[in-house]
Amino acid sequence: MINLTINNMPVKVRKDSTILAAARKIGIKIPTLCHFELDCFSFEHRIGSCRICVVEVEGRRNLAPACCTPVAEGMVVKTNTLRAINARRTILDLILSDHPKDCLTCEKNGDCELQHLAGEMDLHHVLYEGKMSEYQLDLSCDAIVRDLDKCIMCRRCQSACNDVQTVGVLSGIGRGFRAVVGPADLMPLNESTCVFCGQCVIACPVGALTEQNCRYKVWRALNSGKHIIVQTAPAVRVAIGEAFGMRPGTVATGQLVAGLKLLGFDKVFDTDFAADLTIMEETTEFIERLTKNENLPILTSCCPGWVKFLEHQFPELLYMPSTAKSPQQMFGAIAKSYYAEKMGLKPEDVIVVSVMPCLSKKYEASREEFSPNGIRDVDIVISTRELANMFQEAGIQLNKLEPREYDHPLGESTGAAVIFGVTGGVIEAALRTAADWLSEKELKDVNFTAVRGSAGLKEATVKVAGIDVKVAVCSGLGNARRVLEKIRNGEARYHAIEIMACPGGCLNGGGQPYIHGDSSVLEKRAAAIYKADVDLPIRKSHENPYIKKLYAEFLGEPGSHLAHRLLHTSYKARGHLCEVKND
Amino acid sequence: MIDSVETLNKRVEALRRESLAATRILVSMGTCGIAAGAAPVLAELRRLLAERGLENTVEIVETGCIGQCYAEPSVEILNPESNSGITYGKVKVSEVSMIIDHLADVVPGLETVNKTWYYPEDEANADNRLQARIVLRNSGRIDPEKLEDYLKNRGYQALAKVLTGMSPAEVVKEITESGLRGRGGGGFPTGMKWSFAAAQPAGRKYIVCNADEGDPGAFMDRAVLEGDPHSVLEAMIIGGYAIGADTGIVYIRAEYPLAVKRLKIAIRQAEENGLLGKNIFGSGFNFKIELKYGAGAFVCGEETALIHSIEGKRGEPTFKPPFPAVSGLWGCPTVVNNVETYANVPAVIRRGAAWFRTIGTEKSPGTKVFALAGKVENVGLVEVPMGTALRDIIFNLGGGIRDGKQFKAVQTGGPSGGCLKADRLDTRIDYDTLTALGSMMGSGGMIVMDEDDCMVNIAKFFLEFTLDESCGKCTPCRIGNTRLHEMLDRICTGRATGDTINKLRNLAYAVKDTSLCGLGQTSPNPVLSTLANFEEEYEAHIRDKKCPAGVCTKLITYLINDNCVGCTLCARNCPVSCISGERKQKHVIDQDRCIKCGVCYQACKFHAIDRI
Repeated sequence: MINLTINNMPVKVRKDSTILAAARKIGIKIPTLCHFELDCFSFEHRIGSCRICVVEVEGRRNLAPACCTPVAEGMVVKTNTLRAINARRTILDLILSDHPKDCLTCEKNGDCELQHLAGEMDLHHVLYEGKMSEYQLDLSCDAIVRDLDKCIMCRRCQSACNDVQTVGVLSGIGRGFRAVVGPADLMPLNESTCVFCGQCVIACPVGALTEQNCRYKVWRALNSGKHIIVQTAPAVRVAIGEAFGMRPGTVATGQLVAGLKLLGFDKVFDTDFAADLTIMEETTEFIERLTKNENLPILTSCCPGWVKFLEHQFPELLYMPSTAKSPQQMFGAIAKSYYAEKMGLKPEDVIVVSVMPCLSKKYEASREEFSPNGIRDVDIVISTRELANMFQEAGIQLNKLEPREYDHPLGESTGAAVIFGVTGGVIEAALRTAADWLSEKELKDVNFTAVRGSAGLKEATVKVAGIDVKVAVCSGLGNARRVLEKIRNGEARYHAIEIMACPGGCLNGGGQPYIHGDSSVLEKRAAAIYKADVDLPIRKSHENPYIKKLYAEFLGEPGSHLAHRLLHTSYKARGHLCEVKND
Repeated sequence: MIDSVETLNKRVEALRRESLAATRILVSMGTCGIAAGAAPVLAELRRLLAERGLENTVEIVETGCIGQCYAEPSVEILNPESNSGITYGKVKVSEVSMIIDHLADVVPGLETVNKTWYYPEDEANADNRLQARIVLRNSGRIDPEKLEDYLKNRGYQALAKVLTGMSPAEVVKEITESGLRGRGGGGFPTGMKWSFAAAQPAGRKYIVCNADEGDPGAFMDRAVLEGDPHSVLEAMIIGGYAIGADTGIVYIRAEYPLAVKRLKIAIRQAEENGLLGKNIFGSGFNFKIELKYGAGAFVCGEETALIHSIEGKRGEPTFKPPFPAVSGLWGCPTVVNNVETYANVPAVIRRGAAWFRTIGTEKSPGTKVFALAGKVENVGLVEVPMGTALRDIIFNLGGGIRDGKQFKAVQTGGPSGGCLKADRLDTRIDYDTLTALGSMMGSGGMIVMDEDDCMVNIAKFFLEFTLDESCGKCTPCRIGNTRLHEMLDRICTGRATGDTINKLRNLAYAVKDTSLCGLGQTSPNPVLSTLANFEEEYEAHIRDKKCPAGVCTKLITYLINDNCVGCTLCARNCPVSCISGERKQKHVIDQDRCIKCGVCYQACKFHAIDRI
């Protein structure tokens, strides 16, 4: 342990602590911008580049950045000397001098860390005005918007993209005043190997990286006179409440449904229904591959970011993922076929809106293969944040709504489906069904706790109907890369692997309410998901009565010809720098 | 193959015997010499010697830079017996035959150059010679492409001494006791750096040579690499032995093709002769040296940025700790020293720490090479003991100010150093005195300014360089320097307001105080030092909208006074034809069209044009 004093207050901290951490321990919050950490993934971006955290350290020639200066025995730190305050104000002044002051109309308004800081730091005008960065807005892709004029070079996105996700698209480019973060040669994002996971967006402290705003599209659709339905992904219900002052970890399913009804959707359905459907198809495929002992391991395919990552980075492993579409796309396909037919509507007269914790889902819905006959299965995708914003615009106070129930037939779901929202959930749901099907018995204890928890890589051997099934669960593409490399090199063998692009799974998706580095929120969201699972009367996908009905009335059986046509897909090898390779 | 001290000594003896007879003609073929036209002079020398059948009695040696750039191309006739010679400067091809005619004595009428240095390793007394050459001991004296020349001049003796008689700890101790400090700018004690790396657990370690010389106008490292590459290799091997590294990397800028070529030759020669590779001098110590090319980014001279660049990453500095000596290249303990620092090492080992300490000052022993540039008569490299007065360097070695003008200031430490004015000329410069004056040693750039230089413009000029070369990582350097530059630009163009000086000073201090690396921490120095020494010039720009030195064109007005006799010379020379008037009548400048180029001012023979 190290003893030091901060503002004359003694503090004892661990040897590897920084001044920032030590100050936090005694209740002093030193302002930060470039510093970003997520405790639960043991991730820390400690670049020390913004300099907003400088403090005075006795005996040091210049000011010390608190975020990366290690503590030392007997260190005397002063955080609020005039010299430190003036320096921090100057740094803030400089950042603001090259930052657009359009806060009121900025996508990040209210969620911008720079905005908060400017408020806290008592800066009322910019002293050092001068030339400002001017870059073209990158609107090239369906998921993410890059506005480099707002980039403050904190490089948090770069760290998320490279160190966490190993996607390697965003990096520092240019020098001096022209330094920014972007893809090589500042190429448009849609031409890069970006998988649109959106981890950069949730890492960005300002409005330089935001989602493609589709809210107005939804407003237009709601007023188009067409039949408009909405699906909500599992992780949305445990996060949206945060935007309305509900405690993190509140399961707000009922309010969410009520809010969507108030917005004017004709039917409010649940992606969880499609998640149950995914389990039916995927588990069927899994059991087939397991019993034939071929093409193992099976990889889950519900995460579009992960799928695109595989297509770019591991084109030789394209046979591995399940061919089952993601729940979002299964929902769309069923909505535009079975449901439309049931309602007596033409597919083009049904508008499917998705509310997703994810930005990659916006991209997924736009993939060519998901627009049979030129009609998109999913028309509009909005993020959890966007929906919260729509509620706010409509004056819908989610926290004050009476809970409502999902509509039928696509609103019924099970506990197995809701856990899709957390890392390990898909594999657990699949195991619940596989165990029943393989043993031809009903499993009593449905909790496969070995695959739970926020660790980036979890491995377990699970007894399923007498078979030792070796499973792995990865969240975060960096972890996925490590596991896939092992598989490719023959160093590891599994039967099934669940992979989610975002660390922690969908509950930490790129479209979720910003947590600003408070990873306890993620833990609470995960707990809420497992609570939602327990609270549901049915916890196995194959026991969902409406799923049974769907197969009975329409699809036949899992893996049927029609199921394949509607619910399965294929993958393409993609180049390292550009879109789909030419055949 | 040199595999023991005995074979080394035998080889040296044989070489000495072989070369005693011939007269040697030394031609400076460094980049500066070649640029000044040394190649045709050399060709003419060869042609004439062949024509006169003198090839066997006269040996031509192509050397590196001798430091007297103002006198290039230079040719030195060296008498092998007396080891004294005559150096001709600014030699023309037409003069070569006269030089050969005379050989032993001075050609009347040709310009000769005096040597202003002595070699502390050879001579005990300076005899009033201001320069002391340790780093440049071989530059301009030996053929850098011949290992034999280096061997004859004590080459690899230090390595032999280290590998056959000293423990690594003793080497570190010797360097530490010598007080040698990093010559790249920081002045960090070299021995201490080595001791940190040596103290790390055994395993992969690296010795890196920083040859990314980037200060505009500084070229001492290039001179050493072009003139004496083996001295750097020898030092790196010694360093490797001292810290327990088996790999050395020279990070050299690709814009130094001649230095690269000569380094490659030297590495090959060292490998072929067993001085690099396995079991050097039969000691069991292995060492190899590789080259890595830099793309010319100034910031890659900062050691962490340099390491990232070698690793193939973006060349930008990272926060220290961890220091490279603990975790550097590929996460391994790494010592990064500059070329000039290494060039000192063999001499320190050969003659010992105590000898080294007799030169220079107590806290900064040894010498420093300065690149003298700007408005001095003798532009070039000088190597002086630490503690030499600025006045001696500028007025004695530098020959004073060009064209009889007045000295105004000297910028030491390159673009991020500071400007010192005449009242500091008697400062005895070393690391600490310069830092105390708000400037710095830097890598040894020394730019002299005269009365015609505008100090605001000078500050702006230097800042422009650091602005361009900032990596853009940290806020104060990326945006702060930009804002400083904008303010200076407003001052120089008459758009600055009353509070600009305060704003400038406050921001400059903040940038210094908060920047991540040495580049940002020093980039405001030119601003702060010119503000400290020439604030009245800033005020004249801001308050009176005048540039006292007449440099800032936006603040100058040219007016024709009553001395005008109407000769029309000005009007005929004006590139924009904005001067009008009848012959023999006073002329008038149209101020709206005048571009302030000053051509009329220079053309007028009657002092009839005022620059105000």
